[in-house]
Amino acid sequence: MERPRWAPADLDLDRPSVARVYDYYLGGSHNFAVDREFAQQVLQAMPNVPQLARENRAFLRRVVRAMSALGVDQFIDLGSGIPTVGNVHEVAQELDPKARVVYVDWDPVAVAHGEAILEDNDRTAVIGADLREPAAIFADERVKALIDPSRPTAILLIAVLHFVPDELKPIELIGQISSLLAPGSHVAISHASPERQAEQIGQAANLYQKTASPVTMRSQAEIEALFGDLDLLEPGVVQTPLWRPDVPGELGPEAYEYPAYAGVGRVR
Amino acid sequence: MEPPNPSEVAGAWTDAIAETSYVVIGRTALAARLTTRVEEILTLLDASGDDFGPARSIGAALVSSHFTEVGSVTGTLRALGDRLTAYAESVHKGDRLRRILAELAGGYADALRERTLAEQERIHIASMQARAAAERARWDSEARFQAVFADAAIGIGIGDLTGRIMEVNESLSEMLGYSLDELRQRSALDFVHPSDDPAVWSDLAKLFNGETSHFRTQKAYYRRDGTEIWTELAVSLIRAQDGSPRFAVGMVQDITEQHRLLTELAYQANHDPLTGLPNRTMFFERLTAALADTREDARVGVCYLDLDGFKMINDTLGHDAGDELLRSVAERLRVRLSGPGRLVARMGGDEFVVLLEQSPGETELERIADEALAVVREPVILGGHTLRVAASVGVVDRAAAGTTAAELMKAADTTLYWAKSDGRDRTAVFDHHRHAQAVSRYRLSAQMPWALDEEQFFLDYQPLVDLNDGVPAGVEALVRWQHPELGLLGPDRFVEMAEQSGLIVRLGRWVLREACAQASRWRAEHPDWQPLISVNLSPRQVAEPGLVADLKRILAETGMDPGALQLELTESALMATKGEPLAVLHRLADLGVRIAIDDFGTGYSNLAYLSNLPIHALKLAGPFVSALRRPAGPSAADIEILATVVRLAHTLKLTVTAEEVETAAQASLLAGLDCDLAQGWHFGAPGPPDRINHLLLVN
Ligand SMILES: C[S@@+](CC[C@H](N)C(=O)[O-])C[C@H]1O[C@@H](n2cnc3c(N)ncnc32)[C@H](O)[C@@H]1O
Repeated sequence: MERPRWAPADLDLDRPSVARVYDYYLGGSHNFAVDREFAQQVLQAMPNVPQLARENRAFLRRVVRAMSALGVDQFIDLGSGIPTVGNVHEVAQELDPKARVVYVDWDPVAVAHGEAILEDNDRTAVIGADLREPAAIFADERVKALIDPSRPTAILLIAVLHFVPDELKPIELIGQISSLLAPGSHVAISHASPERQAEQIGQAANLYQKTASPVTMRSQAEIEALFGDLDLLEPGVVQTPLWRPDVPGELGPEAYEYPAYAGVGRVR
Repeated sequence: MEPPNPSEVAGAWTDAIAETSYVVIGRTALAARLTTRVEEILTLLDASGDDFGPARSIGAALVSSHFTEVGSVTGTLRALGDRLTAYAESVHKGDRLRRILAELAGGYADALRERTLAEQERIHIASMQARAAAERARWDSEARFQAVFADAAIGIGIGDLTGRIMEVNESLSEMLGYSLDELRQRSALDFVHPSDDPAVWSDLAKLFNGETSHFRTQKAYYRRDGTEIWTELAVSLIRAQDGSPRFAVGMVQDITEQHRLLTELAYQANHDPLTGLPNRTMFFERLTAALADTREDARVGVCYLDLDGFKMINDTLGHDAGDELLRSVAERLRVRLSGPGRLVARMGGDEFVVLLEQSPGETELERIADEALAVVREPVILGGHTLRVAASVGVVDRAAAGTTAAELMKAADTTLYWAKSDGRDRTAVFDHHRHAQAVSRYRLSAQMPWALDEEQFFLDYQPLVDLNDGVPAGVEALVRWQHPELGLLGPDRFVEMAEQSGLIVRLGRWVLREACAQASRWRAEHPDWQPLISVNLSPRQVAEPGLVADLKRILAETGMDPGALQLELTESALMATKGEPLAVLHRLADLGVRIAIDDFGTGYSNLAYLSNLPIHALKLAGPFVSALRRPAGPSAADIEILATVVRLAHTLKLTVTAEEVETAAQASLLAGLDCDLAQGWHFGAPGPPDRINHLLLVN
């Protein structure tokens, strides 16, 4: 017996969704009035959120390219959101048309949208799942069809782990994910942190506390700890724009005020 | 004026828009792309005619590169205006340039509108698809749920947080005997049952407000037709996604049959199958519970009843009759004596007990005990016979505090024993003083074996005087106990106990040996004195198989002349000697020892019977003798009775000894009646052997 008729649906369009709000920050229109209202509140507390989001997306692209350069051609994007432009498969398949990408999100609208736009791409799949249950994800038939667990895989946890509170043991979660991966696989993480622009990001995070996805921000050290036994690639866990920038010379001062950290760990 | 360099214009344009929107294209690629666009704009500026399509396309291309923020279009217009206006004016194409930029902006706006609408449409479709998928998943799970729900053998009911029943399945409807619709109109709270554990309702309240998610209990329900079922009930809370309580689901399993078996077993465990009364187990449970009452003045009362002579009824009328009697006594006691706070139980055999969980006090308890006795005394008709039975009751009333069930029942047992030993068919009330005595007697009895080892016992001798010449013809050996703490104890303090404990056998043997040994000492000291040594023998000693052999050995070892040894048996001991003991008596007599009847006149006094026994002497009990000592002088009747007894004894060739002779007048009267021997204060109190030596010297 799963859920009886009177139980509430997962789908709640009357509340802002993290995925759609994020799309709005990126200039997308895959969102509803509730999402935009909420986004406006966040923007009031922290007007530079769109720039931060763009930087984060830029990190995502750099990671995918770096992975591709290492010969990794399987990607699992956990908490992938609503693909607008510059998505993992676009970047990866541009470099290697054989690259395969699985998008995972628990937001049903994000999943339905992804399914619609990726319909014709048979090297991608979108599945609706909770990233906190990795075993179930790896057991999914669509994942098994695209990802060969005996070969290196890149796991992307971009701007999503701050939605996993300490009670749910994110370190163990990452350990569990790593244990399902072949050696030479990688785990990329970007994660909000209160160490810079503390006041603004604190206010913004507070607004999220009222949503279905409250935010747990973590310090650089705590984010480093998330990697557990993984071997960190150079340059380690750094502010997101500082991770292997395309043109190092062009980094502005705002890069050093960036309120999130990022890094990539390698499975031994 | 020379036309502007397209790549320079594109550079400014790039600067103006690169940071305005989220785009994937890099700066260099963007500048290159924009250079082409600038070239297209210059071409369009040069041309003439009304086709501004290329300008609109450039605007649209910005949108498709995801330059979706307003800053991208304003930056474009500003950069192109700044860089191209001077040149356009110089070739008189200022108006045309303004028109081109306007068309570009128009193309951008159209494309952005298109894109926005397309994305909105896509997201709406996506949300509808998501909804459909959710519906489908829900439908699937619901279909599975429905299948499980409807066909489940277990009863399932779903209610809201006020207890209102929303949905039930067929099994539950069958279980409760209501139709599905009838149940849907009711509340779970309508199904109260008197046996409900009060915790059920508080558990349910906790579940409704989300404090707990699950509980399990056993609960009885009345079915629609009024019959009762017992169920195992498991209630679970269904929460909304945010954790708030939404519904309660009850799973109901019919366990009526198990419950019936269990209650029956529990009943059997707590009731006596013969009489149906609560049994010992239940009695002790209730007693223990009553004693746990913590109120300061709480008291508990017990009437412990035992039928008198039940064994005889069983033996003579048979067990079936005995059982029948027990059943009717039990039933009467139950009807007349049980009530709230009062438990009538059968303790086993013919023992019953009335427990008063809150004692009404000793007087009332005694009244209840007497009522119980009256109930038992009422005749019982058994197979045509009218049977009269009686009982004895021990009554105990105790403060609950500091009393254990075992202590209380021990006291009840003791008290019952008193009622029995005080003559049966009566009530005895526990008496601390009496109990203390019993306890000290018990202690004494326990010390005796050791005292015997330690030689704390010794013998005193009382002269038996020949009434013809006043010379001691013998002695009666009397045992004493020199107790280290209690001092000198007479036989009245311990012989009966020894008789009960069986130690009398060892003690008696010791007395016999010691008396015989003393006789041989006297023989040595007074060779011409041939005393009769009289020793008491208890019923238990007589019944002891080794007696004859023991005596033989003692006679041999001490060189005692059997004819000089007299064994005293009480009349009642003698009367009880049927069969084997009578044979013993003959064998003793065969050894040549004399046998005397002690305390003659206190018992049956059947002289005819005595004629058949191998006896040699009578000892007249105190009352015969003391009758001669009345203040007004002996009556003619007293004297005649005494004379007759002596005459008869002599006819049977029995010597007669008078006991408790205290005055010279008694002594001479007895002498006149031809009595043979006498003992008592008048002739000398019991004392050590030396006293006898002294007496011999005087004579
Ligand atoms: C801030 S967005 C990040 C999207 C994308 N990774 C990026 O960095 O551009 C976070 C996404 O994670 C998803 N998400 C949050 N918690 C999740 C979970 N437990 N399982 C799956 N998806 C989750 C949200 O629905 C949302 O789409």
